[in-house]
Amino acid sequence: MTRKTLLIPFALILISLAIVACAAPAAAPTAAPAAPADTQAPAAAEAPAPVKLTYMVGDVETDQLIAHALVDAYVKEHPNVTIELENRPGGSEGDNVIKTRLATGDMTDLFSYNAGSLIQALNPTSTLVDLTDEPFMANVDDAFKQTVSQNGRVFGTPDQTAMGGGILYNKKIYEDLGLSVPKTWEEFAANNEKIKEAGIAPVIATYGDTWTSQLFVLADYYNVQASDPTFADDYTANKAKYATTPAAMAGFEHLREGYDKGWYQQDFATAKFDQGLELLANGGGAHYPMLSFALPTIATNWPDKVNDIGFFAQPGTDAAKNGATIWMLLANYIPQTTTGEKLAVAKDFLAFTVSPEAVAALNAAVPPSGPYLIKGAALPDDALPAVLDIAAYIDSGNSAPALEFLSPVKGPSLEQITVAVGTGQMTPEEAAAAYDKDVEKQAQQLGLPGW
Amino acid sequence: MAHDDRPRAILRTYPNWFYLPAAIVFGVFFIVPTAMAFYFSLTRWTLFSATFIGLDNYVTFLGDPMLMSGLRNTIIYAVMTSGLKVIIALPLAMLLTSNIRVKGLLRSIVFFPVLVSTVAVGITFSMLMQPSVGLINTVLGAIGLPQPDWLGNPGLALYSVALVDVWKGLGIATVIFMAGILSIPQEYFEAARLEGGAWVKFRYVVIPLARNATFTVILLSFIGGLRTFDLIWTMTRGGPGFASDVLTSVIYKEYQAGFYGLSTAGNVVLFILVTVIVYPLMRFFNRMELDT
Repeated sequence: MTRKTLLIPFALILISLAIVACAAPAAAPTAAPAAPADTQAPAAAEAPAPVKLTYMVGDVETDQLIAHALVDAYVKEHPNVTIELENRPGGSEGDNVIKTRLATGDMTDLFSYNAGSLIQALNPTSTLVDLTDEPFMANVDDAFKQTVSQNGRVFGTPDQTAMGGGILYNKKIYEDLGLSVPKTWEEFAANNEKIKEAGIAPVIATYGDTWTSQLFVLADYYNVQASDPTFADDYTANKAKYATTPAAMAGFEHLREGYDKGWYQQDFATAKFDQGLELLANGGGAHYPMLSFALPTIATNWPDKVNDIGFFAQPGTDAAKNGATIWMLLANYIPQTTTGEKLAVAKDFLAFTVSPEAVAALNAAVPPSGPYLIKGAALPDDALPAVLDIAAYIDSGNSAPALEFLSPVKGPSLEQITVAVGTGQMTPEEAAAAYDKDVEKQAQQLGLPGW
Repeated sequence: MAHDDRPRAILRTYPNWFYLPAAIVFGVFFIVPTAMAFYFSLTRWTLFSATFIGLDNYVTFLGDPMLMSGLRNTIIYAVMTSGLKVIIALPLAMLLTSNIRVKGLLRSIVFFPVLVSTVAVGITFSMLMQPSVGLINTVLGAIGLPQPDWLGNPGLALYSVALVDVWKGLGIATVIFMAGILSIPQEYFEAARLEGGAWVKFRYVVIPLARNATFTVILLSFIGGLRTFDLIWTMTRGGPGFASDVLTSVIYKEYQAGFYGLSTAGNVVLFILVTVIVYPLMRFFNRMELDT
């Protein structure tokens, strides 16, 4: 009896040994090509050895379209290179993927990620490859370099385009109802009442994707700094608070006003980002507070409707001080775990992405959602109307970067707080106070001075 | 019994080294990580480096305004799911142990949801509960009933998720009750049949004699409710806003934000809390079992 039962584990061990034994010779041939490649490398300058890179990008449609366009254009010129795309989720879930993989040395050879406050949390000096002295950095706009720097060293190259954060609106609805683009919040509210009377949802909200709920607060930053020019510095130094700065609190008030006045469409509490875009494109809703990176997705899914979409800056209190909040681009980075031949190819790929050829390839594949911050790259003549609206704000000097590019302080719970205000669970005062508390937590966790 | 009767000499034949493999496994996978968790909960930990900051993380975590609502929601969720599971599963178990046709089929149907992955259940039900085109509201609308926004209404979201949890966990509870009922000697049922009908059988035979099963169900589903995370996260992510946030989702969000030390402190708090609630409950139930 006991002997029999003992036999089973022994049999299992034998089987597993057998598997290992079989696997060992099988592993050898896969390792083999690497060795000759190394020895041949100096001689084979004309026919370079195949290199395979991995490249992690966001899973939103626009991210995918742009990454594929860049990779396809590069691989065409360099047939020995294959670049495999890997997807990551957006928002804080994506932050976590990046941080964990960097910390465990398991990062892809290249990756695309936000610039600004988020990049500081990656501790770039000890995790990313320093690109400051690369010759191709000469092509990159200086305003961009600031957003990917730590201690004066630059770690990223521009990916995609800058974006406008504000209100995407359906111009057809505006024409039909005889409305004009609002310059103040009162005008905006008055427009909304007329749109509501016409049986159309004035404002689209998609709290099923919580990140979309933050726009009324974040895109209001131009108005905050217009009334309080030192807000960003004071905020970083723990001197200015949302709850005690009326201009900063306005964003939370707008969210609550939309709920109290019934501006949002029927299932706004669970609707998703894609549903929001569909509503906007098809005229089911008039305004969508959003970043302009949504435009290429609209252009792909509703090509005949995208020219009906326009952009205006989130209105503030003073028509004379009307301007747009601008989001900087994403950036491409190389982790320090990429070495040797892969590092050389990865740098070459980055050099390509900031070249005029790459911009031409991108323009052909994906309509830009804002200006490229690459020297000598202009918007194409057939740029989307909403993008031209954004460019007009930038060209006339009426734009400011979003707070997250001016200050490392950004609370992680903002998206839940804005949903709570927008669904009527919190007053603007409670929300601003809760956000200040959230920010304090983040600043302490980052170990910032003065918190 | 047989173990105790053996002479001590035989017990001593096996040297203490025999404990070693188990001790190593237990030490490496349980003791060391637990000790490390206690240490990291006292640090500001970015994954790249950890700085010792004393009890600051606990002060921050316990001072979080959302913690209290999370705690309240956790208790509501645990009480509601374990209560409903007992109330529904016990009669169901009686039905499924009685002499009815297609008993096997019905038993399988009740148990089936247990086999499905929680995430799949969560995603499916968020579709079904979609307010305008979801199946549930379409049916409710067709028969003229109000169509609530199950997951979008802040006052309703937590209860909607709890109901799905009950649907999913009912099979386990029913099986435990069935085992309890089947272990009751037939004589009691015969006596009950002489005394009166189904009510007597239920009230004076099943309820007292299946008490151990009841305790097991309450305890298991209560602990499950306190630790619930996957269903809440797939269905509402603690939202809208913070309306269905439970302790585990509060902790998970700290982790997502990159506050690794802080979320570890949260886990330590959760560990202590579950122990404080469950241990006395278990003691109480054990005493009751001894009485019977």
